[in-house]
Amino acid sequence: MSSHAEHHAGHHGADHHGHGEHEGAHGTLGSYVIGFVLSVILTVIPFWLVMDGTILDKNMTAIAIMALAAVQVVVHMIFFLHMNGRAEGGWTMLSLIFTLIVVVIMLAGSLWVMYHLNTNMMPIHDPSQLP
Amino acid sequence: MLDTSTVATHPLFGRLTLESFPYHEPIVVATFVAVVLGGLALVAALSYFRLWGYLWKEWFTTVDHKRIGIMYMVLGLIMLLRGFADAIMMRLQQAIAFGGSEGYLNAHHYDQIFTAHGVIMIFFVAMPFVTGLMNYVVPLQIGARDVSFPFLNNFSFWMTVGGAVLIMVSLFVGEFARTGWLAYPPLSNIAYSPETGVDYYIWALQIAGVGTTLSGINLICTIVKMRAPGMTMMKMPVFTWTSLCTNVLIVASFPILTATLVLLSLDRYVGTNFFTNDLGGSPMMYVNLIWIWGHPEVYILILPVFGIFSEVTSTFSGKKLFGYTSMVYATVVITILSYLVWLHHFFTMGSGASVNSFFGITTMIISIPTGAKIFNWLFTMYRGRIRFELPMMWTVAFMLTFVVGGMTGVLLAVPPADFVLHNSLFLIAHFHNVIIGGVLFGLFAGIYYWWPKAFGFRLEPFWGKVSFWCWVIGFWVAFMPLYVLGLMGVTRRLRVFEDPSLQIWFQIAAVGAVLIAAGIGSFLLQIAVSVWKRRELVDRTGDPWDGRTLEWATSSPPPDYNFAFTPMIHDNDAWWDMKKRGYKRPLGGYKAIHMPSNSGTGVILAGISVVLGFALIWYIWWLAAVSFVALLAAAIHHTFNYHRDFHIPADVVVRTENERTRLLSGQV
Repeated sequence: MSSHAEHHAGHHGADHHGHGEHEGAHGTLGSYVIGFVLSVILTVIPFWLVMDGTILDKNMTAIAIMALAAVQVVVHMIFFLHMNGRAEGGWTMLSLIFTLIVVVIMLAGSLWVMYHLNTNMMPIHDPSQLP
Repeated sequence: MLDTSTVATHPLFGRLTLESFPYHEPIVVATFVAVVLGGLALVAALSYFRLWGYLWKEWFTTVDHKRIGIMYMVLGLIMLLRGFADAIMMRLQQAIAFGGSEGYLNAHHYDQIFTAHGVIMIFFVAMPFVTGLMNYVVPLQIGARDVSFPFLNNFSFWMTVGGAVLIMVSLFVGEFARTGWLAYPPLSNIAYSPETGVDYYIWALQIAGVGTTLSGINLICTIVKMRAPGMTMMKMPVFTWTSLCTNVLIVASFPILTATLVLLSLDRYVGTNFFTNDLGGSPMMYVNLIWIWGHPEVYILILPVFGIFSEVTSTFSGKKLFGYTSMVYATVVITILSYLVWLHHFFTMGSGASVNSFFGITTMIISIPTGAKIFNWLFTMYRGRIRFELPMMWTVAFMLTFVVGGMTGVLLAVPPADFVLHNSLFLIAHFHNVIIGGVLFGLFAGIYYWWPKAFGFRLEPFWGKVSFWCWVIGFWVAFMPLYVLGLMGVTRRLRVFEDPSLQIWFQIAAVGAVLIAAGIGSFLLQIAVSVWKRRELVDRTGDPWDGRTLEWATSSPPPDYNFAFTPMIHDNDAWWDMKKRGYKRPLGGYKAIHMPSNSGTGVILAGISVVLGFALIWYIWWLAAVSFVALLAAAIHHTFNYHRDFHIPADVVVRTENERTRLLSGQV
């Protein structure tokens, strides 16, 4: 920009850009409360599962925590981030879908690849396991 | 593990001692002397012509996407010279290190050179060039005044420079990594690389990575939010489409690189065991993670270049691009598929048949949309009125060269073949074939194509043609021997050779490198000659190539505000459509234009980041703490800067536009 001398002159008739309409909905008090209560419930359940420690075995507890965490993510996105299919002309939804695709590819792929590598390549410490 | 018993750290200077300076390496010392003398001459010249204030006010602090774009190109060009110097040193070493000769580079130096060459060429040549062109062209193509976040753009640029500065510092203070350009552990871990090299690598990439990611976010926002009215997604120019996909790839993949390098830093600095050989660590996880970033990275480089070729082919054939829709879909498909192929970089690590065949097949699939693009360009040329100007020459050279690179890529995608060719010079030849023959040729096409837009005069064609032929022939002479050597089983990164029958191939490759040097030289000469003769080469119309997209609708160079009136879009060749419909430039009714203000904060933040990086590399903990606090303070201070915008007054707009009217009517 080479015209700095012209500071704030000429405010009249300036094009006011970018006050953008807020397409994303703002939540009501009710929706925030619902979100909060759901989050609390979804946090308390895994806490209780771990503290009690007798209801499910270890693996089941881990799976339950993961599942509840996933539900919690969705709760946050709906009630706190106000995401829906229409926000920002669908761009929010599109980027969410893209993110999910990429994350699923990366996680599932890495698990698959690393499982193979681990099985085939890591040193076997117990000689009886040698083929 | 940071073990104070092995690394003596001085409370003031960390592990920086006099021994850290490589004064015992004559080659480095000579380079250092040359750099100092050159630098002093430059500083003296800038002071003599009183250019510091001008540079600071008009360039370093600018938030204008056009100037930032040009600065990215300058950075890319400077780093190209450094990266190429590394390349020709390697070629010379390999051409003479036969029959008991050790060559002229010792192993310690040679290993740094091939690492620096790779890192620099990818991160600090190809990336700045690509980002620079996107920065310059995208806002103009979509009819916007600037990017969405102009200050962020400036900051991103300076962070990229910060990374480059750290790499350059490593040449003279300490050493650079000796690990290869992706710094695989366990070699890059503290047990095997206790020196500063890998730390330079980590912090240079982390600092530059901040810039790359932020500029990706910025350009996505710009393209999604700031298109001129009427420009729906399917009316966007192809270059804008490919830029959008590239920036989506950047935003989705660079965080993986950042996270991977953070884990490596933790291993090196605080003694974790993510990638060590023992205590549950797995170096293979690093290879897996880095390639989840690394494969999208190669598409980050090539996609915008595909966009350039689309614009150039269509403009210089005088035809609408053949198969616009298929071009867009091919680009999007490549964007997704680029996340599904990463394992082909390590077929030989032992994944087993099912994994290898899955990734082999996805790799072959990705050549389908790429092939579709080649056919689209060919059909665009078919029955077109082709003008063989420089951008078109580079495009044709690209098509011939890239197809060969693509096909050797498909060969490497077959896992059994990869077991033979992995880590060989065949692989080196392949990726130089696609990166030089694809990315670099495309960047040259883009530079020649948009240069008149950026500077208001064309590049003089004679030296451009000399450069073109030197580059293209030089490329073929330099890399075809490597295919042969690779098929004979010669592996990469070797310093000396036993078998004298191989020497002739390396000598041919060295001749190719010299030809490429001549190509770079003629390119620089061409720029000098063109600047000298700029009055003869001037472009008054703003549309020197009879262009089709919106950037040609404004003057060359465009005014600060790009467009006095935001254009209405009815077609994806918007400017062609306007010309067809007898568009008349409005000659009055100008209003003041709201613009973002310059800011020096980007330079300051990036400068502090470099100091922080340097302190962390050398374990100068007090300096790291001080600069980290300073970084936060400067960032917070900037949030209180309320002088972020100004208005270009209507009479200045009137003056600028009247000047253009005068130029257009040829009364100069």
